[in-house]
Amino acid sequence: MGNDLAAVTRSDAALRAFLHGLPGVDQVGAEQRAAMLGTRSIKTTAKAWAIDLAIRMVDLTTLEGSDTPGKVRALCAKGMRPDPADPSCPSVAAICIYPSMVPVAAEALAGSGVHIASVATAFPSGQAPLDVKLADTKAAVAAGADEIDMVINRGAFLAGRYLEVFEEIVAVKQACGAAHLKVILETGELATYDNVRRASWLAMLADSDFIKTSTGKVGVAATLPVTLVMLEAVRDFRALGGRQVGVKPAGGIRTSKDAIKYLVVVNETVGEDWLDPDWFRFGASTLLNDLLMQRTKLKTGVYSGPDYFTLD
Amino acid sequence: MTGFEYAPAPESRAIVDLQPSYGLFIGGTFVEPIDGGSFKSINPASEEVLAEVAEAGPADVDRAVAAARTAYDEVWGPMSGRDRAKYLYRLARIIQERARELAVLESLDNGKPIRESRDVDIPLVAAHFFYYAGWADKLPHAGFGPSPRPLGVAGQIIPWNFPLLMLAWKIAPALAAGNTVVLKPAETTPLTALLFAEICQQADLPPGVVNIITGAGATGQALVTHAGVDKVAFTGSTEVGREIARAVAGTRKKVTLELGGKAANVIFDDAPIDQAVEGIVNGIFFNQGHVCCAGSRLLVQESVYDDVLSFLKRRMARLRVGDPLDKNTDIGAINSSAQLDRIRTLSDIGSSEGAERWSPPCELPDRGFWFAPTIFTGVTQAHRIAREEIFGPVLSVLTFRTPAEAVEKANNTPYGLSAGVWTEKGSRILWMADRLRAGVVWANTFNKFDPTSPFGGYKESGYGREGGRQGLEGYLDV
Repeated sequence: MGNDLAAVTRSDAALRAFLHGLPGVDQVGAEQRAAMLGTRSIKTTAKAWAIDLAIRMVDLTTLEGSDTPGKVRALCAKGMRPDPADPSCPSVAAICIYPSMVPVAAEALAGSGVHIASVATAFPSGQAPLDVKLADTKAAVAAGADEIDMVINRGAFLAGRYLEVFEEIVAVKQACGAAHLKVILETGELATYDNVRRASWLAMLADSDFIKTSTGKVGVAATLPVTLVMLEAVRDFRALGGRQVGVKPAGGIRTSKDAIKYLVVVNETVGEDWLDPDWFRFGASTLLNDLLMQRTKLKTGVYSGPDYFTLD
Repeated sequence: MTGFEYAPAPESRAIVDLQPSYGLFIGGTFVEPIDGGSFKSINPASEEVLAEVAEAGPADVDRAVAAARTAYDEVWGPMSGRDRAKYLYRLARIIQERARELAVLESLDNGKPIRESRDVDIPLVAAHFFYYAGWADKLPHAGFGPSPRPLGVAGQIIPWNFPLLMLAWKIAPALAAGNTVVLKPAETTPLTALLFAEICQQADLPPGVVNIITGAGATGQALVTHAGVDKVAFTGSTEVGREIARAVAGTRKKVTLELGGKAANVIFDDAPIDQAVEGIVNGIFFNQGHVCCAGSRLLVQESVYDDVLSFLKRRMARLRVGDPLDKNTDIGAINSSAQLDRIRTLSDIGSSEGAERWSPPCELPDRGFWFAPTIFTGVTQAHRIAREEIFGPVLSVLTFRTPAEAVEKANNTPYGLSAGVWTEKGSRILWMADRLRAGVVWANTFNKFDPTSPFGGYKESGYGREGGRQGLEGYLDV
């Protein structure tokens, strides 16, 4: 990070001045831009390319109170070989689970190259003391997670206690060690695009590797315009001398058509550098089967029924 | 495949059933011209001939005006507003039903991207007919007295940049108010107007209420000067507008003119920069810049000039120039070789006067009329490219230091059709809007159109308003 950028986190006042000095986001304009990009027509070779890329970008997720080792093992098998009938089908990027399930996934995924992403820090509310959040994170990493999806303290953010949010992310990042840190902004609770832009910068200044839209546990999850605003933030952060930071929309992306719209937004906002599973992910559970169905349709010319794709 | 390259996604043109030649639409039927002349309408993206179109001479104009007069006296004038509304609603519905066909034909004949004809032009056309259909039986409540009367026969001349939309702006309010019309589309883009004539037949519109005569300047002149015309409505260049004003001076004819523009798009240092850049792009590159209210003069506050310019250039590099029928095309073809010449001439003058020219790398097709999106920096108020309307995808970039200077520069033009203001400060938007001498001031957006909103110019951008309640005034005897 450039010295100029590091300087803005030295005090609460400096951080506040910086975040409030970021250019505003005009809601109507941002939504209009996202809607226009949503009209791009992606066909034939471009569609096939985009579907394979989207599969490689999926963080295949199960985050339920009812998760069991059996469920997680099934999900891992699916993630490694999404289409058992077609060995040319790529694996997903990661399996995304609760910390208690990490040992199961670590065993199931060993040597596969599929990452293990664990939510932590009292997901999804984030309403726990800091030492509990850090212990949660460390336990997940120790059990084999190489990616941590943390939630920010939205209460502190909305109350304007930016430095508190910042310091918490920094502490979790340290607890991660070598594991990659994805910071969930929970954009549905931040409500405005101005807040989304500020929270994105806050997370990037705190050294996050990825910024992620949502937990999937509140009413409004990922949207195209929110993702657009976050992509603009990672683009501007790098242009100002910061690192390259990844983006992960999560929740509510269920169809190939939707996924392709996101890839178009990536392509026309930040370009090729982000069109890679290292820099863009989809947090999703049902999306994968639709991608597989469309992939088979493109290859064979016919739709197979949903019974031809595994339910895990 | 290395990157995300969009495969061609062409809209099928099979939906359009083009005839090899078209007559004049007079008195509810297509007739051959008395003088027998004709001309060709071509696809500007390929120079392929689309159809042969009749050229109306003075005798044809006579016939058309007579048909309109008869329809006015015998059918449309006496008809109740409620019944006129039924016809207008029917036209609107058929336009919606045949939207794809109209959009494809518009893109073929005009060169504009199908995304724009499909998502902007045609939906607005239907919206205008729906909107004015609603007024037809409510004229006593429009604010022009208890029983406003129509004028009679309207002679209407429209330009080539939004062929069907300009037709809608002219015909919908005229018919709602109880007038009948003779409309002449531009000679390079007559085809959607002729398809609209077929829609009038399909809607069983009484013969003579709408007459479409095709031709060039001479046909237009014959229409404007015809003694049987009560009202002249024109959208086009300021030069022709002046001639029309002279031609009708001293007659009973009522006139509305919607002419050229050289709009300022003003970017303040607190603007939402990403959306402002979208607004700049939309302001000047929408419809290849063939927009009378285009934001062709960019005024940027000096303190954010570098950021805005680098954002703008990066964004322009993403514009997709090419086949108008490809659904992913952002910028289509220039409408005619004559217009392309004009854009080239003025751009060359820009370079020779010392402004710095920049275009993103982009491959232009070999055939057809094309011009890469272009910006000029280092432009001052004294440059011709800052004063004259280019009517193409060419943006002149100027700077200012204070709000007062922005207003002064924005208003320092003979035109006054539109302006844009980009700032997060609401009070500054209102302060600017009070001072800008322009018919439309857009705040944190640009090129937004709505049938409920009046549109028209100050100064040499014309007079009269189209759209909204105000748009009825030009077609009523008030």
